[in-house]
Amino acid sequence: MTTYYTEDHEWITVEGDIATVGITKYAADQLGDVVFVEVPESGASFGKGDDMAVVESVKAASDVYAPVAGEVTEGNGALADAPETVNEDPEGAGWFCKMKLSDSGELASLMNADAYKAFCDGL
Amino acid sequence: MRYLPLTPEDRADMLGTIGANSVDDFFTDVPESARLSGTIAGLPDHQGELAVERHMTNLAAKNRSASSGPFFVGAGAYKHHVPATVDMVIQRSEFLTTYTPYQPEIAQGTLQTLFEFQTQVAAMTAMDVANASMYDGSTACAEAAIMATRVTRRKKVILSGGLHPHYAAATKMVCEAQGFEVVQLPVAVDDENVLADAVDDKTACVIGQSPNIFGTVTDLSKSADAAHDKGALLVSVFTEAVSLGLVTPPGEMGADIAVGEGQSIGNGLNFGGPYVGLFACTQKLVRQMPGRLCGETVDANGDRGFVLTLSTREQHIRRDKATSNICTNSGLCALAFTAHMTLLGGKGLEQLALLNHEAACDLADALEAVPGVEILTPRFFNEFAFRTPMDAEAVLAMLDEAGVVGGVRASRLFPDGHMGDVIVCAATECTTAEDIAAYAAALKEII
Repeated sequence: MTTYYTEDHEWITVEGDIATVGITKYAADQLGDVVFVEVPESGASFGKGDDMAVVESVKAASDVYAPVAGEVTEGNGALADAPETVNEDPEGAGWFCKMKLSDSGELASLMNADAYKAFCDGL
Repeated sequence: MRYLPLTPEDRADMLGTIGANSVDDFFTDVPESARLSGTIAGLPDHQGELAVERHMTNLAAKNRSASSGPFFVGAGAYKHHVPATVDMVIQRSEFLTTYTPYQPEIAQGTLQTLFEFQTQVAAMTAMDVANASMYDGSTACAEAAIMATRVTRRKKVILSGGLHPHYAAATKMVCEAQGFEVVQLPVAVDDENVLADAVDDKTACVIGQSPNIFGTVTDLSKSADAAHDKGALLVSVFTEAVSLGLVTPPGEMGADIAVGEGQSIGNGLNFGGPYVGLFACTQKLVRQMPGRLCGETVDANGDRGFVLTLSTREQHIRRDKATSNICTNSGLCALAFTAHMTLLGGKGLEQLALLNHEAACDLADALEAVPGVEILTPRFFNEFAFRTPMDAEAVLAMLDEAGVVGGVRASRLFPDGHMGDVIVCAATECTTAEDIAAYAAALKEII
């Protein structure tokens, strides 16, 4: 199980060809209190970089992009009633969706934990 | 506010900076056919105040006001009584001159009335939530269609043959400009069944109207079921808000979105505007709703307060991904609506609706008794269509000479509809027995 990161502050944890996607603690902290998350429906397909979800905080609404191409198998329904989970545990219980990857080769272009930390430090 | 006039030098300077030759250059988007050439109504460029006053007074005298005699025009705008109290409320400077309530700390008065307005609209339409109003019914209809395409991610919008042609035109323009397909079903006095049959799995929504352009009270629940079966939405439209006091409201027919015109309550005819568009939907769809939304909350002290909410739907937050480009509402007209509805209450609205319906029934009886008249609308609230043996345009012209403004000819609403002998007329609580008698008598003379 490996976790990768994007420059848009999404994380993707891969196990076989199923991945779980969410936003990082950095992003959640920047957003402020999350009040609403629009997760994708299962069956929806996305290309790398496509608009996949929307996360709304009290001050902004931000698009969340698909880190790699794939088909959603499950959206995190728990976020509908408890959007604050994204702030409490963004890299765990605050996951947005699970997806089946179409091309695991795309993962090579993402950052690992160290690279992402360095990236954030430079912001 | 001070008036800051521009000198010709100021203008030349600005034009030079922009790189335009004249102010006319900025209007090239207006088609040639719509541009004004020459003067307006023969008014010269310069004239003394007295001469201008005389000229304008003579022009105004050519108008016939709706309250000057028997008046039976409806077709989307209705002549109702606006109580003097409404004017008294809306002309208070705190209401008349306030602008948009983005700062809740100084706008609680405005926000509270918007909240009450929304509550009234939701209650009348039997929907879960309503917004703080749109420009008018026709643009509300267009926005509902776009909203349905967003919600369903489909591209086809189906319009009932009983939908007001102005609403259809507005919807068509907005939808087609964004690449959606609009299917207009054939004009029909009653197309309850046709609409349901037209739904397929590419349909985003069907848009039906009750009472429709011919006054027909239509049960849209069959269309709602058909739409839902195929994963589409039902948009239920009304042009006569008073009808909600008697007819089955959109929510009870299974509408996902209810839109319409609120002019009938608290607002005069206003030469066609400003009016107030009503927009309501189910709770499930609230985040996709366009327009301003006022919410109820508590402040830091735990006291109730009101604030514009769910702003992330709007363009100042989401830009091109917003639910609409609208960033305002029809505040003063909505306030007038709210003031009048507050005076009426639910019972009062019902009574008002009954008065309207009874007037229309009396009108229908009187006209039907005129030999040659055939009433076409099977079930009506306060408006219906009828046919005579003569050309409608000629009939209306002769009625006009007899002092009766008899209604709208269907051929004006549907130029290609082959309805040259059909007139759509309306009655309201303002219609008297004398008005009706005058109409019937004049019509009898004519046909």
